[in-house]
Amino acid sequence: MPPGAQQDIFAPDFFADYRQHPGVADELFDENGKMRPVWRRFVDRFARLSPEEVRTRFEKGNQYLRDAGVFFRQYSTDPLVERDWPLSHIPVILHEDEWTQICAGLTQRADLLELVMADLYGPAQLVADNHLPAELVARSPHWLRPMVGVPPRGGHYLHFLAFEIGRSPDGSWFVLGDRTQAPSGAGFALENRMATGRIFPERFPRAYIHKLAGFFSSFRDAMETLASPRFETPRTGGILTPGPSNDTYYEHTYIARYLGMMLLEGEDLLVENGEAMVRTIEGPKPLGMLWRRIDASFADPLEFDHSSHIGTPGLMEAVRAGNLAMANALGSGILEMRAMMAFLPRISEVLMGQPLKLPNIATWWCGGAPERTWVRDNAQNMLIGPADSVDLPFDLGATIALGGQFKGEAAGSIAEWLERAGDRLVGQEAVTLSTTPAWEEEIEADGSSGSGRVVPCPMTVRVFAARTETGWQFMKGGYARIGRPEDTTALAMQRGGSVADVWVVSDRPVHRNVPSQPEGRDYRRAAPGILPARAADNLYWLGRYLERTEDAVRLIRAYHLRLAETDNRNDPRLKALRSYLKGYGFDLSQTIPEALIGRIASARACAGKVRDRFSTDGWAALNDLLKTTSRMTGTAQPGDDCARAMSVLVRKIAGITGLVHENMYRFSGWHFLSLGRALERADAMASLLAVFTAEEAPQGSLDLAVEVGDSVITHQRRFRVETNRDTVVDLLALDADNPRALLFMIRRLRQLAEALPGAQVHGRPSHLLRAILPLEAEIACANPAEITTERLWRLRDELAVISDRLSTSYLR
Amino acid sequence: MLYDIKLTIGYSYKATSDRARNILRLLPSDMPGLQRVPRRLLEVTPRPDERHDRVDFFGNATSIVAWHQPIEAVELSLSAQVERIAAPQPFDLSPPLAALAQDLAGQHSLAPDSPHHFSAASQMVGPMIETTKYARALLRPGMTAMQAVEAVGHALNRDMSFDPEATTVDTPPAEAFANRHGVCQDFTHIMIAALRGIGIPAGYVSGFLRTFPPPGQPRLEGADAMHAWVRAWVGQEMGWIEFDPTNDQYACTDYITVGHGRDYGDVAPVRGAIRSAGGQESHQAVDVIPLEETA
Repeated sequence: MPPGAQQDIFAPDFFADYRQHPGVADELFDENGKMRPVWRRFVDRFARLSPEEVRTRFEKGNQYLRDAGVFFRQYSTDPLVERDWPLSHIPVILHEDEWTQICAGLTQRADLLELVMADLYGPAQLVADNHLPAELVARSPHWLRPMVGVPPRGGHYLHFLAFEIGRSPDGSWFVLGDRTQAPSGAGFALENRMATGRIFPERFPRAYIHKLAGFFSSFRDAMETLASPRFETPRTGGILTPGPSNDTYYEHTYIARYLGMMLLEGEDLLVENGEAMVRTIEGPKPLGMLWRRIDASFADPLEFDHSSHIGTPGLMEAVRAGNLAMANALGSGILEMRAMMAFLPRISEVLMGQPLKLPNIATWWCGGAPERTWVRDNAQNMLIGPADSVDLPFDLGATIALGGQFKGEAAGSIAEWLERAGDRLVGQEAVTLSTTPAWEEEIEADGSSGSGRVVPCPMTVRVFAARTETGWQFMKGGYARIGRPEDTTALAMQRGGSVADVWVVSDRPVHRNVPSQPEGRDYRRAAPGILPARAADNLYWLGRYLERTEDAVRLIRAYHLRLAETDNRNDPRLKALRSYLKGYGFDLSQTIPEALIGRIASARACAGKVRDRFSTDGWAALNDLLKTTSRMTGTAQPGDDCARAMSVLVRKIAGITGLVHENMYRFSGWHFLSLGRALERADAMASLLAVFTAEEAPQGSLDLAVEVGDSVITHQRRFRVETNRDTVVDLLALDADNPRALLFMIRRLRQLAEALPGAQVHGRPSHLLRAILPLEAEIACANPAEITTERLWRLRDELAVISDRLSTSYLR
Repeated sequence: MLYDIKLTIGYSYKATSDRARNILRLLPSDMPGLQRVPRRLLEVTPRPDERHDRVDFFGNATSIVAWHQPIEAVELSLSAQVERIAAPQPFDLSPPLAALAQDLAGQHSLAPDSPHHFSAASQMVGPMIETTKYARALLRPGMTAMQAVEAVGHALNRDMSFDPEATTVDTPPAEAFANRHGVCQDFTHIMIAALRGIGIPAGYVSGFLRTFPPPGQPRLEGADAMHAWVRAWVGQEMGWIEFDPTNDQYACTDYITVGHGRDYGDVAPVRGAIRSAGGQESHQAVDVIPLEETA
């Protein structure tokens, strides 16, 4: 009995409607309509699933991605807009022999690109010999003049590359584009693999799929060697990101976590005596290499784009001094220039004496008369766009005319346009891509989902290469873009589409590269132990904002409880609370004050800047808090209802802080987060006591303070009397065992400060500790009468001094 | 003509500037056939913790200076002796403008003087339709490239007014052109845009003008600060010529060159990266005194 036949009665044949496009290669079926053997195992398994099982499994994959927080930022002014990761659940499957062939071709191409790079930033012989037009290079914003004549540290310009490849109708592969500036997608490839692992967990076919992890560990080793070559002072390495507003920031945080590398932004770095350094809580530490995810033009405002706010002044100087390696070298973006494709085939012959093993998409630079004529006469089959664009052929912005038509409104004919601006244009063959199976959900007329089926969709594959000591290594598998089914030209890809895992499979089970560790998880070296000052600063402020939020929520709850009790907005206690909260920017005429959302958003913004150091669960909980609070804005009613809503928020916040405290590794970052919380809590308590234990405070204020201080039960236990100023001050200020009390918090500040680097300077306490110690001694010895309103106000100033000293000593 | 040049530039920061790092392009250099620099000295106060002197891509002398501690003010002081070599008024050997593109296409070079660096938009001089229209309207059939340069420079000098109050260093050329006013930097950027628009590679020259003209001649605009003018490429035969649109003349022996670039961005005398809140104030004083009247 053939596999799958048994259940054919129950399961519809998902592949029944799979119709190959005429004249187009297909990954699943060969040109005779026979299934390629490499797919057999997978299809047998898949076809046995019921539609319900398919849906459940796909949802498991989606759930993994959501839980992991994988997202893709859309360019938008709203920081909350993050699109779910568009996973196409069915993998693209390729045989290892075919993959080996592809990689052989791309190895040659990578070597060629390195040679071109060395020439363009060296003698420029290719230009002198007219193999590459001078104007194309000179006009490109990606050819960086300060790099001319600067040899790269370690001897190589290129270390990490990606190639976008597609399959022609005749079955052969070709290159659509080279990514040499700061290739993205490798981290997403890992996440795709994790997700497909949830969808297709069976050992069979999984045992036959090549793993991705080995590629990353080789590259990380190579980066370490680059950072600290033998016989040199050890230097650390890091990943340089443009920051959270970048569309692939999530990937940067993921890769940093996965490889155990520091994630750095421009402001984390400084350059001193030709040495790039990372600002840490222990002062500047030298850097030997950066895996650059930021475009080179933005990397140094002093020498490149002067308007850049995300760069580091002097970074180029560190490169010039030979102290800093870059993967890839600054200026490598020039190789992505689309017109380069027109010349690479010839350059390959010139520089390597051999033709390209893997052709690239046919390209003509329209600066030459014969090429211009060719493009004009064949405009029907061309994409025509700017010669210096670095976008891939199917990216929307990069094509002006296709199929002989202008894309938007444009005057004149294509022929005139080519004549007028030919030297700025390239024509590229409008290639056809192969198709691969993708799932299409069928929606019934009533809106419920139907059975679903597999349809052929166009695809391109992104291949990643890393330079290691033994040469170029390739990720075995990775990342495919899947277009929409209607159209098999490369243009189909421009409408977004989705992303699929690529399985490179063997005929035999493959052994695992890292037998002791499951793939994609728990694979990390010892933490580097270096905390950048900016990360510490964000953690500190995250702690402060979280605490501020909790404090406000408790106050708002106290207000609405009393409102429910009295139903009188003019009650003196309500007035006092209103005016107190107004001082913090909260308008209690709004049931859920806008400022509350603002505080949560601030906390989230801080966390967003340290996502490589912040737990996925913590991040999800913080997002949940923000969403819940926003939702309450429309529904909560003043009084009991709002008080109950605030209780929900108190519990949610407790959830977040619990996650952080229970789960966060006790490294320096945790200390800064805790310092932020302790300082904020002490400050809030000092302020609360100053106002609500003052003589002029309305009656009932003492009870209110005890309630907001979450100490009602303790007060009853300890004093068994009505509140009076002494009992309240004793409990909320002087009690070393009450976690809300001033003394408790100040003691905590001292303990945390003692755990920071440099707490002792030649046996004497640090600058920071010297601000805390006298305060702790005073409060520890005081009696309630000595804690006057004036003393409390002064305490707030002293806390501000502690915060300042913390900033000066550690956070800049 | 031998000149004694003194220049001081001072910056004071409203808030102290932490770890200031600057690139200075203030030192004039030897230029074969154009000028010799027997003596030059650039002093920086307070003394920077780092200083690296080198030559940039376009051949300009650059000094990278950095301070590791916060500073409140910087004083730059240049003193140099420069001999400007007398050159006759250029004799027009340039091709007709229509044939310039062909000359350009024959230049297979990325060397610093290659016209290709100067033929397209640069960071501070983007593509401008208005200046291109303006320049096109000045062209006459059969004009040589050099005649076109002169025509554009002359027309800009006629149509624009010199007004030190009207623009700042950051005013976009398009805005200065729309209002037909500005200082030498604006005149120069606008002329560069206009020339590039009609296919003539053009770049920016920064430098000095002699402070007081020879007896009987008017004092030139821009003599009290650093000056700027245009360099235009008019074919393989003639190469580069220099024209000053602010004063409607070719750069003569009154002109001393400091830097070459595509626009001001490449030759800015002080490029600063300052980690400081608040702003900064600056002052500048120049003296360019002829030591002897030769020739």
